[in-house]
Amino acid sequence: MSVAERAATRTALRPWGWVALAAAAWGGLFVGNELAWDRLFFGALHWEGRLGSAMHFFLYDTGKILLLLTAVVFAAAVLRSFVSPERTRAILGGWRQGLGNLAAAGLGAATPFCSCSAVPLFIGFVSAGVPLGITFSFLIASPMVNEVAVVLLWGAFGWRVAVAYLGFGLAIAVAAGWVVGRLGLERWVEPFVYEVTVSGAAMAEGRRPSWGERFGIGRAEVRTIVGRVWPFLVAAIAVGAVIHGWVPEDFFVRYAGPGNPFAVPVAVLLGIPLYSNAAGVIPLIEALAAKGLALGTVLAFTMAVVALSLPEMILLRRVLRPRLLGTFVAVAALGILGVGYLFNAIF
Amino acid sequence: MEIKVLGGGCANCRALQAMAEEAVASLGIEATVEEVTDYAAIASYGVMRTPALVVDGTVFLSGRVPDRDEVRRIIQGIAG
Repeated sequence: MSVAERAATRTALRPWGWVALAAAAWGGLFVGNELAWDRLFFGALHWEGRLGSAMHFFLYDTGKILLLLTAVVFAAAVLRSFVSPERTRAILGGWRQGLGNLAAAGLGAATPFCSCSAVPLFIGFVSAGVPLGITFSFLIASPMVNEVAVVLLWGAFGWRVAVAYLGFGLAIAVAAGWVVGRLGLERWVEPFVYEVTVSGAAMAEGRRPSWGERFGIGRAEVRTIVGRVWPFLVAAIAVGAVIHGWVPEDFFVRYAGPGNPFAVPVAVLLGIPLYSNAAGVIPLIEALAAKGLALGTVLAFTMAVVALSLPEMILLRRVLRPRLLGTFVAVAALGILGVGYLFNAIF
Repeated sequence: MEIKVLGGGCANCRALQAMAEEAVASLGIEATVEEVTDYAAIASYGVMRTPALVVDGTVFLSGRVPDRDEVRRIIQGIAG
């Protein structure tokens, strides 16, 4: 190997070195977080009262969730640098209803987007000939089934619940998109969507990013996402901590346990207008579930908050007539309701 | 030079807009920076993720907020 070649190899390997170092530091912090708070509260201080238990919950959970979030957002951003909506659209254009909804839901889960991109994505898909129902499967799956929700649910409730959320989330996206497609509501899309013609604007020559650049994208994404959600996260954990320390153990069993048939619909109705991502909801529902709120109710609330939100509906109103928007929300909400009841029956 | 920032007025779009204006000012070149918020117009560029940066009709990036240097490099590259 020549000197120049060796130098090139070293440059190519350097980003991996940094990632390995960061991963090791992350592992140390993750293990240390639990040990440190346990030792401090239960070992050194013997602080086991309500306030102590609430403080322990708050500090331990804040550390754990911030660490999980950082790792997941980084990994997902690096993986996502391999997927583009242009390629997704090209794949989905050729599918029929049914299997196409399944493909759209799967790709939606793999390509999250900021809710401010919902409208350009919708126009891009529909104007390129992707059927309406398939586009909806994508739009539902993308915010609902995402890495942050799955990993946080895993951390809070174990892998069974995380896998069930993933599976049911995809099922809702497939079913709701399929129903919307079957209803034949194309005439309720704002007509300008079908009149959009791409003016043939040139795209700058795309080249494959290097691993160093992909890791850079991951780092930037961590800064943006964690920077944006941490106040909500900390607030949610603080409320969770209060619930943890002061709400009686069987509080929700009495008022909203599995026996109460109204618990799920109320959770869905409460969740729809709220806008938050999974990071802001899951610490809260972890505390609610610990006090006896049924898991299906809790998951239905999460799905409603994450998948349907008032700001996104206001945006989508620009391309969807109220009737179609209403149908979309109603079909998705019914799916979530069904999953809530099903979950309560299973777990 | 004609620079356009495509986006529905979200925080990311404003950030990109500010970077573009800053780059133009610091490079001292003749350029207009325009914000495009109309969805039909955004779609006509074939852009599906906002914000996007368009210089003289070419889409240079979409779906992410770049760092200052990258915006500078793109604009400098066109200005030649």
